[in-house]
Amino acid sequence: MSFDVEEGEIFGLIGPNGAGKTTTMECVEGLRRPDRGTISVLSLDPIRDARALQQKVGVQLQQAQLQKRIKVREAVDLWASLYPRAVDADALLERLGLSDKRQAWFMTLSGGQKQRLFIALALIHDPDVVLLDELTTGLDPQARRAIWDLVREMRTRGKTVLLTTHLMEEAERLCDRVAIVEHGHIIDIGTPAGLVRRHCPGQTVVLETTDATAPGHFDAIPAVESIAWLDSQCTIRGSGGDLVTQVIQCLAEHRIRVTNFKTELPNLEDVFLTLTGHSIRE
Amino acid sequence: MRALLRLTWLEIKIFVREPMGVVGTMGIPVAVFLIASRLVGPRVAREAVQSGGAATAMLPVLASLLMALSAVSSLVTIVSIYREGGILKRLRATPLSPTVILSAHVLVKLIFTVLTLAIMLILGRRYIPPGAQVPVLSYGVALTFTTWAILSIGFLIASIVPTARFAQPLAALILYPMVAVSGLFFPVDVLPQWMRLAARLLPLGYAVSLLDGIWRGEGWAAHLGDVAALTLFFAVLTAVSSRVFRWE
Repeated sequence: MSFDVEEGEIFGLIGPNGAGKTTTMECVEGLRRPDRGTISVLSLDPIRDARALQQKVGVQLQQAQLQKRIKVREAVDLWASLYPRAVDADALLERLGLSDKRQAWFMTLSGGQKQRLFIALALIHDPDVVLLDELTTGLDPQARRAIWDLVREMRTRGKTVLLTTHLMEEAERLCDRVAIVEHGHIIDIGTPAGLVRRHCPGQTVVLETTDATAPGHFDAIPAVESIAWLDSQCTIRGSGGDLVTQVIQCLAEHRIRVTNFKTELPNLEDVFLTLTGHSIRE
Repeated sequence: MRALLRLTWLEIKIFVREPMGVVGTMGIPVAVFLIASRLVGPRVAREAVQSGGAATAMLPVLASLLMALSAVSSLVTIVSIYREGGILKRLRATPLSPTVILSAHVLVKLIFTVLTLAIMLILGRRYIPPGAQVPVLSYGVALTFTTWAILSIGFLIASIVPTARFAQPLAALILYPMVAVSGLFFPVDVLPQWMRLAARLLPLGYAVSLLDGIWRGEGWAAHLGDVAALTLFFAVLTAVSSRVFRWE
């Protein structure tokens, strides 16, 4: 497995559970000694230079817990005391929406609040690199979106983020680049859109029309590969970036009246299926 | 050092937020001491006065041993809960060194052991025969030292228990049989050969001998052997634990 994370980007390791994402992450965090190979984080070795790296790297571990009865503010203060420099704890908790939970015990926090606290602990010493392992697993969609905003904000503040996720939507919405991991190997690396273009160039337009002349006109579009009809619903498949434009032009040209029109674009989920032959959820 | 004190203080606060833990660690040994003293104390005290005034050491030593053992058992439970919940792992991913994390827990246990002893002595003062000179300070030191040495059993058990659910029963299974050969209830000399051997290999015999001796006012010089044995025991078990200890 080999990859580089550029300064200031959000880089995602994506793949199913058991693919080796967390193992990779723990090697980068210095919590696990790799069997072989080399890892360099900010030009330092995670095991040998653990001390120096801890000052510059913030981590959030998968399924971590804190003491049940530790207060939010106590945890943040403890972490702050461990590093030579720390950001203002109150401001950080404010930013993460935890101000009114400062005196709450860890065990009373919701899943989203716990994750936000772990983000606070990862950011308390203003690290240059942030490592996030399965950040939003087990959270409801609303909490998930709130966390995504926080990660984007890290990038805005100039931090480099390496994260793992088995959620393709998360990777698509959050990551600048992703590496698709399976069975401990990286299958491909690229931007989410780039990977989709590379591996799933097909596009689909689904529209509804009662115009009987429509099929003949659609057949004549160069980018079209197949057309399927189901009652008045027409599914047009094709490849190349021009399919949608060409269909729209065709509709305009022949004044075909449609009652519904939507495009179905392939996503990372489809890329994964294409590359591995199975769905990421299996 | 600052981190150790900070973490220790934090763990103390967290510990007292759980009432059951406090009752178990401090309440039970105190209750055992007081009830037992009430039942048999007067008679024993009378005999002690008749036999020359030496204070009987059995009850305080039993209660002390219970304290030390409950400290071990509670250390095992805490470490296994921390490990199972990923708390140890999260702490390890900070500049805190593993030694600091574990030392903080040992300190918490020692502090509460001494506190329990103090409460026990204050509440049980009237059961101590009049005229008996109990070297309280020395005894406090002996108990702290003993608890510290015995806590190394806790490290070892904590290193091998798979889950927190096993921690308490396994700790009990290992610890309480040790009491049988500690010499507290029967003199070691009357035990069968193999139990005498076990008594010499296990730490509680030395612990009982030390606590008993100090309570009776024998002085440290008479118990250097016990101190050495307990120190050796601590060193060996801690070394083994640090080899096999799992953080997750």
